[in-house]
Amino acid sequence: MSPELINLIIQATGESLYMVGIAALLGTAFGLPLGVFLATSRKGELFAAPLVNRVLGAIVNATRSTPFIILVVAIIPFTRLVAGTSIGSTAAIVPLTIASAPFIARLVEAAIREVDGGLIETASSFGASPMQIVLKVLIPEALPGLVLALTLAVVSLLGYSAMVGAVGGGGLGDLGIRYGYQRFMPEMMLAVVAVLIALVQLVQSAGDYLARRVNRRLRHR
Amino acid sequence: MNAHQSLAVGQPIAPPEAMSRAAPEPDPMVRFAGISKIYPAYRGKPGVNALQDIDFAIPRGSITGVIGRSGAGKSSLVRLINGLEKPTTGRVIVDNSDISALAGRELRLAQRSIGMIFQHFNLLSSRTAADNIALPLEIAGWTRADIKARVAELLTLVGIADKHDRYPSELSGGQKQRIGIARALATRPSVLLSDEATSALDPQTTRAILDLLANINRELGVTIVLITHEMTVVRQLAKEVVVLDAGRVVESGHVADIFTHPKHPITQSFLAEVIGDSLPVSLASRIVAEPPAGGQAVIRVQVRGAGAGDTVVARLARELGLDVALLSARIDEIGGQHVGSLVLGIPGRGDAQARVLAWLSHYQFPAEHLGYVA
Repeated sequence: MSPELINLIIQATGESLYMVGIAALLGTAFGLPLGVFLATSRKGELFAAPLVNRVLGAIVNATRSTPFIILVVAIIPFTRLVAGTSIGSTAAIVPLTIASAPFIARLVEAAIREVDGGLIETASSFGASPMQIVLKVLIPEALPGLVLALTLAVVSLLGYSAMVGAVGGGGLGDLGIRYGYQRFMPEMMLAVVAVLIALVQLVQSAGDYLARRVNRRLRHR
Repeated sequence: MNAHQSLAVGQPIAPPEAMSRAAPEPDPMVRFAGISKIYPAYRGKPGVNALQDIDFAIPRGSITGVIGRSGAGKSSLVRLINGLEKPTTGRVIVDNSDISALAGRELRLAQRSIGMIFQHFNLLSSRTAADNIALPLEIAGWTRADIKARVAELLTLVGIADKHDRYPSELSGGQKQRIGIARALATRPSVLLSDEATSALDPQTTRAILDLLANINRELGVTIVLITHEMTVVRQLAKEVVVLDAGRVVESGHVADIFTHPKHPITQSFLAEVIGDSLPVSLASRIVAEPPAGGQAVIRVQVRGAGAGDTVVARLARELGLDVALLSARIDEIGGQHVGSLVLGIPGRGDAQARVLAWLSHYQFPAEHLGYVA
């Protein structure tokens, strides 16, 4: 493989990491609070607001059931409003964030629901406010699950990022399509897939390691 | 005894002597006034009357047991004390303030003076022993230095100073409950609520935890409310007892009074768990209805009260001039009072059996004739 092609792969990897990294951060910034709220706002719960819970749940479901490529195209006006342009890696972060936030929210919701309800009652019994319960009990106790949820989200984002070539987002997926498929360069396709496999392995291993590190439940027998 | 007193502490069903001895202090730590708790019907499940007509007081500095079968309303009752649940009607006065009327920030402040320990400990798995104990202090906004000093003090108090940096998953059940107790006491509460705190522990650990609670009550003067379904807990620790059945208080008063003269079937069944009312199998199988030649009459005597059982056999033998045999005996101590039963064998000649029963009745020992053995 020629040095130019290798350079292309390095550049595309950089674009992918940029888009996925920022989208994961922003997706978590929106998805984490949303997930905590979804997990704690049903009837009789910490922030009980059953109606709001149902409306948000419906919005989350709607976003998650829209195919990503359609989402990318459908929100182009919004993307232009936020990023100033609808083309390029930075613009691609907008649909990636909008797709990942509800996904992360559902994963966070599941992780928070795993926390023993007795702990909420315990914290309430010594006068903790709902916010203190979230910050001092729910999130720390759900941390291993949250780390694994974010790992899963990053891996999914890597997959989504392959589709943003459609709006000139660049990245590994775009490279694979343009060189590997359209110019029929199977070695390019293979190289892109290999890099993606390596990235996913790396992210998953790091996530697993971190989740084990923060888990105090099983580590000591 | 006057009507006002009985209204405050006793229940209509409680025996008068128990009510007079359990006369309320003028200033109880906890007072339930006209409490009922109804869980409304929800999603096809019918509503539940968890508590009804609850009126009693818990004296300051006491150890009060609330005993009942599962579903009797114990958990609801204890959660009314720290405001985790609101009564449907009535008021719960804790340390002179109506906790059932508080909400939001005011309620959270009041809750800091009420500690609670749980059957399954409810420790945070993500925090060390020390950090678990620190949690209520962090919530109350203590400074880091104050928390550190207080936690060290508490770890020593509950006897696990060496477990400072251990995570709950590394500790035994008894050690976890000690952390639970330290955490409950962290903010220097005036009331400690125990919700089946020893039900998940083995008998030896239960005893150690109950001893610790007794020490805490003695040394810190903390009022302790024990929710339990286990007689051993009430017997070892409580001075006052409230017997709960189907959401109502069926008896309440001093432990010794209630269990020496149990009136309600539920109270009697709890007592039977400790003293047993069944005969040893080898004896029961030999009892016959008709007196065999040269056999003995079998009489069971109930023993209730301080030192009551100590001399009954000797006095009976001496005063009636009979060779009284002790076939079986089970006596335990509850609240400093002897509670139990003796099974006596009376030589079956002449009117001995009738004289024994008359003598027992004269000295007010409840007795019954069970049959004869050869």
